[in-house]
Amino acid sequence: MASAYLIATFAEPEALVGAVETIRAHGFKIYDVYAPCPVHGLDEAMGLRRSRLPYVTLAAGVIGCAAAIALEFYVAVFDWNLNIGGKPDNSLLAFVPIAFELTVLAAGLATAAAFLLRAGLFPGAAARPAGPGVTDDTFAVALRWRPNAFDTGEARHLLLASGATDIRQMVGDL
Amino acid sequence: MIRFDHRVDRSLRLQPRRPLIGNQALSRITDDVARPLEARPGLGWCAAFAAAATALSIGVACVAYEIATGIGVWGLNRTVGWAFDITNFVFWVGIGHAGTLISAILLLFRQQWRTSINRSAEAMTIFAVVCAALFPLIHMGRPWLAFWVFPYPNSRGSLWVNFRSPLLWDVFAINTYMTISLVFWYVGMIPDFATLRDRASAGLKKTIYSIASFGWNGSHRTWSRYETMNVILAGLATPLVISVHSIVSMDFATSILPGWHTTIFPPYFVAGAVYSGFGMVTTLLVLTRSLMHLEAYITERHLDAMAKVMLLTGSLVGLAYGTEFYIAWVSGNVYEQATFIGRATGPYAWCFWTMVACNAVAPQVLWSARVRRSPAALFVFSILVNVGMWLERFVIIVTSLHRSYLPSSWVMYRPTLIEVGTLLGSFGLFFTCFLLFIRLLPMIAMWEVKGAHRARGAASHG
Repeated sequence: MASAYLIATFAEPEALVGAVETIRAHGFKIYDVYAPCPVHGLDEAMGLRRSRLPYVTLAAGVIGCAAAIALEFYVAVFDWNLNIGGKPDNSLLAFVPIAFELTVLAAGLATAAAFLLRAGLFPGAAARPAGPGVTDDTFAVALRWRPNAFDTGEARHLLLASGATDIRQMVGDL
Repeated sequence: MIRFDHRVDRSLRLQPRRPLIGNQALSRITDDVARPLEARPGLGWCAAFAAAATALSIGVACVAYEIATGIGVWGLNRTVGWAFDITNFVFWVGIGHAGTLISAILLLFRQQWRTSINRSAEAMTIFAVVCAALFPLIHMGRPWLAFWVFPYPNSRGSLWVNFRSPLLWDVFAINTYMTISLVFWYVGMIPDFATLRDRASAGLKKTIYSIASFGWNGSHRTWSRYETMNVILAGLATPLVISVHSIVSMDFATSILPGWHTTIFPPYFVAGAVYSGFGMVTTLLVLTRSLMHLEAYITERHLDAMAKVMLLTGSLVGLAYGTEFYIAWVSGNVYEQATFIGRATGPYAWCFWTMVACNAVAPQVLWSARVRRSPAALFVFSILVNVGMWLERFVIIVTSLHRSYLPSSWVMYRPTLIEVGTLLGSFGLFFTCFLLFIRLLPMIAMWEVKGAHRARGAASHG
């Protein structure tokens, strides 16, 4: 379902961060911010939580490592033990390199997959730009606009005073 | 009446309103990077592509002949069972290391200068690993059975692969390295694909960029996670890249052959890999910056920084050569001593001394800042690095094998034309891929350059 947004654009990321801080200090909720590059200081200004991706990495890494060692142990000790140069069946030290590689492989793939999943990015996903230039040179703040939900006038004033170059209303999906 | 927050007053003071929507410095970066993708290729690019494609065709013909006829078309014999192909394998894997070093390790060290070269260095990594993987594959003789290297339940027993063998570790290391590098590279390009999508007018180009950009719209919630993911992937890639060349070195070090059986190999190979990789990055970037007119992005400062890395790693490699000889001398092992004396004075001594000249002596000219900042001088030097590091692998492999414990087995090894053609073909494959890359994909990470530009701007204002 299409919603309405109030979108303010900025040329400078410093002004953008200032605007986000001001807007939030006045009790407005930021829907999202759009930028052609990551803007430093915006995480704090928007009050974003730390990403939980590292937990995915850890879990997948542990699983990858355990699976690798289990496979190597099963194959070399239980399923078909071969005497190679008189080495013991359970040559655990020799199993380390492959366990390491599979740890990294599982952790890396899972982290990238979790990121894409959480961000809703997949091949062919429809792009919903907040305006022209947000992937090029423009920074934009979007506030969800519901009739009577907030004082549009005040929000406009605050955004303009923080250095917005343009403010408009947009109906659609973001 | 609205009462302004003090932050608004501050921002009003610092940020005068601009008549323009958008930031000119940022749109300039987009234009500069996207321009080569939207224009017709220049004469220089076409000539380079024709040369690379010719070399690739020669390689394809040589490999086809080798597979149809058998490994006998190579100069290998019963004493020297590994030579040209494994030299090429180790050479190309080493080349790949610089890409990961630039994109992952320098990211963790917050080296902002990496931003304009990391995309092309990562691309180089991937193409180099493809070239590397080709050699063990064709050395199998029956490459259609290559899937036997993977541990899967099979109708032969199940007769599993040998997990104690460094050759199998190699399979896992190279495949993991390839996969993680590819993911890191692709995910890094998603924001830039979105930029290109929004620039393209309707048509095939827009459709392709739309699919490739995964619906990216620059949301900061996504950016925030994206940066976390990039740091995690960099943190994973860093030990990975060190493990890859360490494992490659164990292919040799775990054997009992004098000249191979040394504990110094893992760090020595990693230093050599970084040295050769930076040599290749320098070769490519000196060419690319003039072919694609990107002197403003790939500056002399970049060349200077890469030259310093080569000075360090080249000197490390020189130290490793010396250490190997010293250890052979004090080991009291006559076989070890004979191998090293043979290396420096035997029939392949010219390879050895060329290697020492290129890898240990030549980098010392980089103490001079004038040389480090001269693209022409660095280009010549980077060719020496490539030659020297290729010869290093040849020297390690062939001089150790051709005269080992049993004098009745001593032979000489000479590559056949087919082997030389295959090496030429791998260069053709590498350069064909790289030239296509700089034409079809954004070879400079726009979003990273923009971020670094902003960070620099903020620092100079503050």
